[in-house]
Amino acid sequence: MTDRLEVRRTAKLYIGGAFPRSESGRSYEVTTHEGEPLAQVSQASRKDLREAVVAARAVFPAWSGATAYLRGQILYRVAEMMEGRRVQFEDELADAGAADPARGVSASIDRWVWYAGWADKLAQVVGATNPVAGPYFNFTLPEPTGVVGIVAPGDQSLLGLVSRLAPVIVSGNTTVAIASERSPLPAVSLAEVLATSDVPAGVVNILTGRTAELVPWLASHMDVNGLDVTGVPDELLADTERAAAENVKRVHHAPDADPFDEAAQSPYEITAFTESKTVWHPMGA
Amino acid sequence: MTEAIERPASAVPPWEYASAPESTDIVRLDDRYGLFIGGEFVEPKSGRWFPTISPSTEETLAEVAEADAADVARAVDAARDAAPVWRALAPAERAKYVFRIARQLQERAREFAVLESLNGGKPIKESRDVDIPLAAAHFFYYAGWADKLEYAFPGRDAPRPVGVAGQIIPWNFPLLMAAWKLAPALAAGNTTVLKPAETTPLTALLLAQVMQEAELPPGVVNIVTGAGETGAALVDAPVDKIAFTGSTEVGKIIRRSTAGTGKRLTLELGGKAANIVFEDAPLDQAVEGVINGIFFNQGHVCCAGSRLLVQEPVFDALLGKLKDRLQTLRVGDPLDKNTDVGAINSRAQLEKIEELVESGVEEGAEIYQPECLLPERGFWFRPTLFTGVSQSHRIAREEIFGPVLSILTFRTVDEAVEKANNTPYGLSAGIWTEKGSRILHMAQRLRAGVVWANTFNRFDPTSPFGGYKESGFGREGGLHGLEPYLTFDGGAR
Amino acid sequence: MVGVSQAAELSPRQPLEPVATASEAARIVARATAVDAVGLEGRAAALATRSIKRDSKVWALELAIRCMDLTTLEGSDTTGKIMAMCAKAVRPDPLRPEVPGVAAVCLYPQLVPVAVEQLAGTGVAVASVAGGFPSGLGPLDARLREIAGVAAAGADEIDIVLNRSLFLGGRYAEAFEELVAAREAAGSAHLKVILEAGELGSYDRVRQASMLAMAAGADFIKTSTGKISVNATLPNALCMMEAARDFHRQTDRRVGVKVAGGVRRSKQSIQYLVLVHETLGPDWMTPDLFRIGASSLLNDVLMQLEKEHTGRYSGPDYFTVD
Repeated sequence: MTDRLEVRRTAKLYIGGAFPRSESGRSYEVTTHEGEPLAQVSQASRKDLREAVVAARAVFPAWSGATAYLRGQILYRVAEMMEGRRVQFEDELADAGAADPARGVSASIDRWVWYAGWADKLAQVVGATNPVAGPYFNFTLPEPTGVVGIVAPGDQSLLGLVSRLAPVIVSGNTTVAIASERSPLPAVSLAEVLATSDVPAGVVNILTGRTAELVPWLASHMDVNGLDVTGVPDELLADTERAAAENVKRVHHAPDADPFDEAAQSPYEITAFTESKTVWHPMGA
Repeated sequence: MTEAIERPASAVPPWEYASAPESTDIVRLDDRYGLFIGGEFVEPKSGRWFPTISPSTEETLAEVAEADAADVARAVDAARDAAPVWRALAPAERAKYVFRIARQLQERAREFAVLESLNGGKPIKESRDVDIPLAAAHFFYYAGWADKLEYAFPGRDAPRPVGVAGQIIPWNFPLLMAAWKLAPALAAGNTTVLKPAETTPLTALLLAQVMQEAELPPGVVNIVTGAGETGAALVDAPVDKIAFTGSTEVGKIIRRSTAGTGKRLTLELGGKAANIVFEDAPLDQAVEGVINGIFFNQGHVCCAGSRLLVQEPVFDALLGKLKDRLQTLRVGDPLDKNTDVGAINSRAQLEKIEELVESGVEEGAEIYQPECLLPERGFWFRPTLFTGVSQSHRIAREEIFGPVLSILTFRTVDEAVEKANNTPYGLSAGIWTEKGSRILHMAQRLRAGVVWANTFNRFDPTSPFGGYKESGFGREGGLHGLEPYLTFDGGAR
Repeated sequence: MVGVSQAAELSPRQPLEPVATASEAARIVARATAVDAVGLEGRAAALATRSIKRDSKVWALELAIRCMDLTTLEGSDTTGKIMAMCAKAVRPDPLRPEVPGVAAVCLYPQLVPVAVEQLAGTGVAVASVAGGFPSGLGPLDARLREIAGVAAAGADEIDIVLNRSLFLGGRYAEAFEELVAAREAAGSAHLKVILEAGELGSYDRVRQASMLAMAAGADFIKTSTGKISVNATLPNALCMMEAARDFHRQTDRRVGVKVAGGVRRSKQSIQYLVLVHETLGPDWMTPDLFRIGASSLLNDVLMQLEKEHTGRYSGPDYFTVD
């Protein structure tokens, strides 16, 4: 046994590509599923959420304007970086009580790869040229909705989050995600992976903290265009949807499928947060 | 027999367009219309009736039943009872019913057109050439999908109808909006309860007759008339889906009402579209596009090009042309084939337009209206241009839903994009330029569901329509318009 | 001389001068406003559905006659044919002397003297095609001599063709110079420049050619020769009218528009008049600024007038064929 003292990681928020502590100075204790203390984790405030939305909005033009090929490459890069840190993810999943941590990490990595491949195919599958009855060329393309809020599921702290994140950002959306309250550490590690995976700063922002405290602010935020409510507790769902009405947010809940199941990944999870844009132009000499 | 012809002596030509009114004889109106429930017209349980008028004369055309919550419940029950019958039909047979509706609409097109103009105030030219043909085309288009649904969404298994759809439509395109709602719903195997707008129920009720003539199974389509309370009752009723077209304000109320209920929802709401004219634009066609963009249907169009953004070098030229063109617009009798701008749909809408126009004047924008005589009775508003408008003026931000155009200028592509997108709405946009690469660049950057380049206000059943941001969600038209009416194994909750 | 027609005397107007030089020709073409074909055709089609009041209709039909260039451009035209046509031009309906005469007769150069003699003092003008009609591709000096010749023979108006070979080849300065030379050769005669829109390939080209011809001093721009398969069309005419409207805004100069070829029914002539009214306004609704080149149209208009007068539909046997 050496005398060397371990250097502990401080689990912080991920906002605009940086890792700040909560502006509120708050943190909360995270334990293993058996109740052993694991870490202090930043407890984001509504002001942190506001900063995260600003960061997500700022990078939206660049990310949505990037080529689909580039976005696909970057998502694939995330998978590569996760593979390199899989031991860490497995440990964190084990602490969170996962029955088969390795399987969870593998599925998460594979999910990034699966969605990465959709980047430059989605428009070919869900886009259309429309044979209008007149001398016009008319086509419809999927475009990202904008800034999308994600409330990640409380269980499946890694695969659940990746399954929500990947389809949202692959089309060009940027996001503010609220991590699993109980097991936020895989999300914090994922943030560290994203920060080193060529994902532009601000495309993904991850907040740890109290879900019930943050969700109303995310749902009512007027500069958030969509909301993935998969992780919103049932008792908060109606209020969340009501708050989302204020700026006509698109609200989506993932299918009730086992996240390991193939049915849990679908291009229609991507289109949940895309807008169909139809363009007309006359055809004339 | 020879009549003496009076020869005009003056140099000014006696050039007048005929008052060429469509005969209204083709329309036979009942004194009263009940609710269309279970394939029959029935008396309302509410016992209440309300008059529906012609906005161009303020004459009462008929009395219409006002459905209360109990009436709505009866209609939803009828739709629920019909659901198993309708979905059990072989899809090819379902298709044929919808084809029948399309054909019958074509057959009675003139009657529908005249009634639409009578009840809504829109020029017969538009109801005859746009509303009714497009409504028929919508049924025809979606009819063909009924037995091809499994091809529509690759990788999705077993498309099934959602169930009973409650559909609430506005007064600006009464029959066309009914078609936009009913056609995809029926093709996908849903049954429906449709609520037409309070001021324009008559063509929907005539459509109910068409449903009878098509021998559509009773209860597949039910029509309940009434005002906002009837709509609210429908939203709160045990339906599986709500489809709403109307104002953003009401759309938000509906969204709040359905929160936590699991009801599927699509909203097609307001807009404040930018119509952007670059200096290299085909200016004379741009003028027509701008005119059509804002004065089509008296500007009662959610996707109207109500904000004109003009690149500074062509501002004077374009404004001159627009003013000249405005002088040639004929405002008046909706049933006259030469009328360009008809009656404002209701007194309430007229007051709203007047209030916003007043605010424009007060906020310092410069108003321009052509000289034209307006009829004494009925609801009318002169085609109006505002120059000297800035983005902060109410007339540049709020949906006026009337024949009022706010004109702003810009210098660069970036400025045009920024101003165009600077609104909570995102329904449509227009671009006028000869430069193809600029069109594609702009089309990509404009946050709007429909982008018209070198044209405006075109619609087609194959073409998806719907908004970004507060202009709503979901699409109507095209393959995309089927999706809200279908559910799939393992689909989203 | 065959009598005095009811036609209003054409107001004596000084022929127009060029407003630009050949060195500016390319710029004029480049700066011509773009035209969107679908939008233009849509507007023309929409205007074609306008219906006019009965009283206006009689006036419009008579205006169509007053604006008509009664035309024959056949290799088989003879003195006799021209004499008969002149008689018809002056008094289209012998049973109704109140029906006005046409604006002009339009014919080939060799027959100009016949018409000049027949129409002297009638108020009906003599128009001749010249300048190597219809292709305009003979030697320039020969074309100019022909123009000067018909002017000397007494033609009031000369219909020449734009050199499409030069124009479509991008040699705008040369095309412009030819028009200016023709303008000079025509002397005091009014110059109508035929664009032959059906050969230009796009409305953008029609608009460019219109601007070029107007800048070169054309009194009129004219759609077609009538010698190719595409004659006057509503969109082509609308396109040229929009150009004339812009030219007027820019130079304060009113240039006339002539539609020619394929206008056979009175309904068409009304549609063109609607285009004029809606695009250029009432000022242009005069033979000074609008013409219809036609031959069989006249009897159809007369037949419609008869219907307006009697309330009955008439038949071709009741109108003279010359």
